[in-house]
Amino acid sequence: MWIDTILQGVLLGGLYALFATGLSLSFGIMRLVNLAHGDFIVLAAYGGVVAVNWLGVPLYGSIVVVLPLMATLGYVLQRLVLNHTLGQGILPPLLVTFGISVIIQNVLLTVFSADSQGLNTGAFQTTSLDLGGGIALGWFPLLVFATAVGVIVGLQLLSSHTALGRAFRATSDDPRIAQLMGIDHHHAYALAMALTMAVVAIAGIYLAMRTTVTPTIGPIRLLLAFEAVIIGGMGSLWGTLVGGIILGVAQSIGNHINPGFGLLAGHLAFLIMLMLRPAGLFPKTLDA
Amino acid sequence: MTRDPSAWLKVSRLEAWYGDFQALFGIDFYLGEGEIVAIIGANGAGKSTLLQTIAGELPAAPEAVMFRGEPFGGKSAHQIVRQGIALIPEGRRLFPSLSVEENLQMGLHSRRSGPWTLERVYRLFPVLETCRKRSAVVLSGGQQQMVAVGRALMSNPIVVLCDEISLGLAPTVIKDIYAAIPEILASGCSIVLVEQDIRRALLAADRVYCLLEGRVSLEGLPADLGRERIAEAYFGI
Repeated sequence: MWIDTILQGVLLGGLYALFATGLSLSFGIMRLVNLAHGDFIVLAAYGGVVAVNWLGVPLYGSIVVVLPLMATLGYVLQRLVLNHTLGQGILPPLLVTFGISVIIQNVLLTVFSADSQGLNTGAFQTTSLDLGGGIALGWFPLLVFATAVGVIVGLQLLSSHTALGRAFRATSDDPRIAQLMGIDHHHAYALAMALTMAVVAIAGIYLAMRTTVTPTIGPIRLLLAFEAVIIGGMGSLWGTLVGGIILGVAQSIGNHINPGFGLLAGHLAFLIMLMLRPAGLFPKTLDA
Repeated sequence: MTRDPSAWLKVSRLEAWYGDFQALFGIDFYLGEGEIVAIIGANGAGKSTLLQTIAGELPAAPEAVMFRGEPFGGKSAHQIVRQGIALIPEGRRLFPSLSVEENLQMGLHSRRSGPWTLERVYRLFPVLETCRKRSAVVLSGGQQQMVAVGRALMSNPIVVLCDEISLGLAPTVIKDIYAAIPEILASGCSIVLVEQDIRRALLAADRVYCLLEGRVSLEGLPADLGRERIAEAYFGI
């Protein structure tokens, strides 16, 4: 029974890792703390709802529609707004992204009302892989977990094996010297935000498939993402996956003890990790 | 000579500011094609500021920096390196998350073609090939400086601005670094050397400028400038 609980928690951790990866990326490359990150996830979820429920795009085709839109939004937003907030201390990006968070929530409320909406995955949501001994893993959580691992492997390969990844790491190390090498750091940051938003798009669509969404659930996703990033160590992508898994397992165990105890158990696990390893499990900026 | 060498890279009446603090007061300077020019001067004389302004790290009036007849003042640093002016920054400033080879490959972001490749940099500094996979920050100071020089060369520049490349290095190591200069010149680069080590600067350079408190206090051929005139221009006494 405990094994089942822990395995469900691990799979839930995959979703949290997807929430957190974008946050980890934008912090790792730009030192940008994005308070609107959770709201972008919710925005992407609504993007999926519009594509599938309004426009009739096939369920998994919605990612093909939403991902490029979110990536474009990320590029433009970074170029026009967020780049101007960087390099003057920690406060300007916090204030601006907090403002963006408020704007997104209110626009979503106006357009979609406070009623919850979601993506219907049909039978897939309830089918599972039976491992015997009373343990069954849902295909959908397995897909989410596999996607999280795939996204992280992909980002690692990008970081360590491509000129773009090299440029990201160099800009993260020292933006001044990166410019001397011929890198336009405004463009590099915008590309990093586009990449971040591509991951956000995936996370948002999965969120809408897993539960229903309302316009105001962004901040709690942001909190979970922050906790996963901090447990794992700022900027470490594999650390982010481990952080997500620790949160997921703690919540799953908490829920098992008492159905109202899940979220609290996750936060407690975070606080304990913060006391034991304040710098996180794998502290570094963006690893090779 | 058929054309005016001062029309190649020319700095005229250049002023530079850090906020309200004026660092350069009307500098006139030029670098001819194929030349190696040294800039000497005490700490705070404005040598690094001059290089940083040419490289686009500090703002300047457009006409204050002219390169091959084009105004370069006020262009951003990434545009200037793409036009062939590379700065080797003071203190080497390698990227700590990158390996030696990746640091060198950063030069490729200039998107310029030319004679310099990884193979050629490794021929110039063979020791770097033996540690190409290692993190750049675990190298000795001399090896780090070789990476910094190689990284600039990988951008296939036509002007290399060297900011204190001998700073903090042992004399034998400095000799190794300076031994690379003839090959760099032969590859078609012109060089500006900012140096604290006056003797070495005078030995290497075709011409020399001395800066004092943001102004050019002396310029000429090393052979023509006596020790006393240099000391006077250096210390302002």
